[in-house]
Amino acid sequence: MSGTKKLALRQRYEYLTRGLDWETTYQPMDKVFPYDSFEGIKIKDWSAWEDPFRLTMDSYWKFQAEKERKLYAVLDSFAQNNGQTTISDGRYANVLKLFLTGISPEEYQAHRGFAFTGRHLRGAGARVAAQMQSLDELRHLQTQVHTISHYNKYFDGIAEWPLMHDRVWYLSVPKSFFDDARSAGPFEFMIAIGFAFEYLLTNLLFVPFMSGAAYNGDMSTVTFGFSAQSDESRHMTLGIEIIKFLLEQHPDNLPIVQKWVDKWFWRGHRLLGIVAMMMDYMLPKKVMSWKEAWDIYFVEAGGALFQDLGRYGLKMPKYADIATAEAEHISHQNWAVFYQYTHAAAFHTWMPDNEHLDWLSEKYPNTFDKYYRPRWEMWAKMEKEGKRFYNPALPQLCQTCQIPMAYTEPGDPTTICFRSTQYKGDTYHFCSDGCKDIFCDEPEKFVQAWLPVHQIFQGNCGGATVPDVLKWYHMNVGADNMDYVGSPDEKLWNEWHAEKLRQAG
Amino acid sequence: MTVQIKTIDLEPKRNTFAHVARRLGADKPASRYQEATLDVQATENFHYKPLWEPEYWHYDTRKTAVVMADWYKPLDPRQFYYSTYNIARANMNQAAEKNFAFVDERGLLTKASAQAQAAIRRGLLPVRHLHWGSNMNMAEMTQRGYGTAVTAPCIFSAGDHLGMAQYVSRIGLLLDGQTGATLDEAKQTWLNDAAWQEIRRLIEDTFVERDWFHLFVAQALGVNGVLLPFMYKKAEAAWTDAAMPIALLTEFMNDWHAEEARWSDSVIKTVAAESDANKALVSEWAKTWIARATAAAKPLSAALLNDDGAAAAAAGAEALKKAASLGLAV
Amino acid sequence: MAQVASITLMQNDDARPIIDAIMADNPGVRVLNMPGAVKLDCDGKITVNRASVEERLGRPWDPQEIQLVLVSMAGNLDEDDDHFTLSWRH
Repeated sequence: MSGTKKLALRQRYEYLTRGLDWETTYQPMDKVFPYDSFEGIKIKDWSAWEDPFRLTMDSYWKFQAEKERKLYAVLDSFAQNNGQTTISDGRYANVLKLFLTGISPEEYQAHRGFAFTGRHLRGAGARVAAQMQSLDELRHLQTQVHTISHYNKYFDGIAEWPLMHDRVWYLSVPKSFFDDARSAGPFEFMIAIGFAFEYLLTNLLFVPFMSGAAYNGDMSTVTFGFSAQSDESRHMTLGIEIIKFLLEQHPDNLPIVQKWVDKWFWRGHRLLGIVAMMMDYMLPKKVMSWKEAWDIYFVEAGGALFQDLGRYGLKMPKYADIATAEAEHISHQNWAVFYQYTHAAAFHTWMPDNEHLDWLSEKYPNTFDKYYRPRWEMWAKMEKEGKRFYNPALPQLCQTCQIPMAYTEPGDPTTICFRSTQYKGDTYHFCSDGCKDIFCDEPEKFVQAWLPVHQIFQGNCGGATVPDVLKWYHMNVGADNMDYVGSPDEKLWNEWHAEKLRQAG
Repeated sequence: MTVQIKTIDLEPKRNTFAHVARRLGADKPASRYQEATLDVQATENFHYKPLWEPEYWHYDTRKTAVVMADWYKPLDPRQFYYSTYNIARANMNQAAEKNFAFVDERGLLTKASAQAQAAIRRGLLPVRHLHWGSNMNMAEMTQRGYGTAVTAPCIFSAGDHLGMAQYVSRIGLLLDGQTGATLDEAKQTWLNDAAWQEIRRLIEDTFVERDWFHLFVAQALGVNGVLLPFMYKKAEAAWTDAAMPIALLTEFMNDWHAEEARWSDSVIKTVAAESDANKALVSEWAKTWIARATAAAKPLSAALLNDDGAAAAAAGAEALKKAASLGLAV
Repeated sequence: MAQVASITLMQNDDARPIIDAIMADNPGVRVLNMPGAVKLDCDGKITVNRASVEERLGRPWDPQEIQLVLVSMAGNLDEDDDHFTLSWRH
């Protein structure tokens, strides 16, 4: 066509997405989009939205289908070749148990949450980006289920993942995190999950962890993990675009966004304590320590990001310094909790062997030998003497993050940190200043928390005794819970390996 | 060594997840569709009421008036999960790309008569906005619906409508030599042309429907059941000498429609069959939206085909027949 | 502290030409090898050029194809027909 000007890529994309939208007149716009004003966010001009990536549906289908064909080819071959017998050690499977019960259900929550913002944000460009992320998050849940399905055939603690997610005490930590985001308004959801979780923190979950899966011979998990991460370029650019867009639109948005960044950074930091424990304690072969991952992905990458966002007046999240200091403690303190409560957890625990202890000493020179190694050595000794340590009391939980109160005072790793506040005549308890601040900002929300220990005491969890509660959890006692040593998982693993050794002569 | 492992006893301890086994009635191997779908959504012990809708939990069966003992009964006969969905669409898209290239290379649209081109600009291109509205509705059902069995296919359908809006837009870009002028014009037609206003009113009214299964019926039987078949099948004569290239360029939509209806029909049939109360509600919704869609398509039918709305009426009659075949009292 | 622009890619055959193109086109790039992945860091800015990848790949390459092997990134993304760039510059 001579004489006609062809559209540039950007403009063509605008026609194919944002040009589709119109101002409704038969119904008022405020009724079509009823949820986007109560949070106080001011948007002057949605047309200033920069599409973070320019993917039309045809390209989406093409790229995603190619990724899926590759991924499922790996899953099929992993199953056919009984890949579960060639992982580094039977202990490794516990990582997958925690992953499927604790993390995959949150992928699903993200899927539904991005469908909410994909319908209810008033800007068409933001809606399209959110809808693609909604599709991606469903992908992540489903590929994780399909990957771990094969492990479920051989290892315990996996089979009841949705029910456990709804009921088991430690799984209320990730569940309440996402319930919090889901019950927030559409802009807070985008900051909570799109920015704080996807941009700031998800690298900590996926990159070192999936690298760990590769190192431990789990080729199916590393494939779903990296394949999921490949959607992440879009998610990260959406996360950063939303925060810039809100900050550019109106100066009144800054304090609201800062408050959300502070809140979701702290909540994310608490949630990722589970991942810290997986990396430092549960991967039989280790790639990097949690502390190293934190330094690369939060201190360095997050530092660069907040330096960039500083031009809008946004500051580093409150308590970022505390979180960085805690990176030297959090994995150890979490593992100690699960070790004590192994009878009530659907994965196995163990005391690290000498080689593992030495690795921890090397990776945590400031803290491990001083505070944690002696405890592990004592507990190992007690095991040998037949006095394995269990904590029979139910723990007090933090009202906000719902983690047992086991974290220590900033700067004093030998004193448990307790905070509390009064609200309408009741006392509420917290593990940290960060969690207390979050509560105090939205007390009417956080008093609603379904706290597992409170619920047990109120008789809502199957009965008054631990066996009653475990039955209600659908926990297969003696198989799903307790130490790895002596478990059916260990027995099976040892049989596979004895056979391998015998055959190898 | 891996070859020799085959002699090790690798009998699985279990064949599938416990919740899937309970639904299958026994621990037996389950399909990937089943494992990716059944009981995947959380059901109890939620923490906080949504700030934006404190009368409900975010997953709440009360967000529709129909009642199901089990929202995992209306399954997807296509057994789509993310992977099979995307691979199916990538294959359909490959065919669509070939059709677009075929029409483009031969100039089949630009060589068509001025009358045909004008009819396409006025009668076909604005349907991209109807797909966009449908995309909004499917996203709404994804977020508001209950149970993965229904909500997962809803997000797939949302993606489909966005894709179809983009195919229709590309027809415009073929016509205008990639300037976008036809798309600006089509938007004005959508907003102001009297022939389109009842259709626009209908889709805008669906945007404020808060009962998600009511919305499902309106979208499946009203929009997909009447308006889209009217556009893509009954209005063919309006494209005159461009009817063949338009048939090629909208082949995706017709293939999609047949496939989508297998799913949405089955969902509606299952939900209506659950109880007399459900049947009465779904029947009433079906009647309302089929009638509204038929009436809304009539002015466009008259404008494009000069048929006094007969083509729209025919599309409406077929939708009613379909609704009756699903067990609805229409 | 220098702001590090970064890109992490899978360690596989599909990613190899992209990794090589980045190493050639970004002086001072730092490489962190991990099992299954490689993280490439540069101060301020890191670019993938379409032409460099095509030279190594021997076929046309659309910068959007990078998503097939991309694991993570840091920096503001600027993407068009000819390059895929992450930077902290404005």
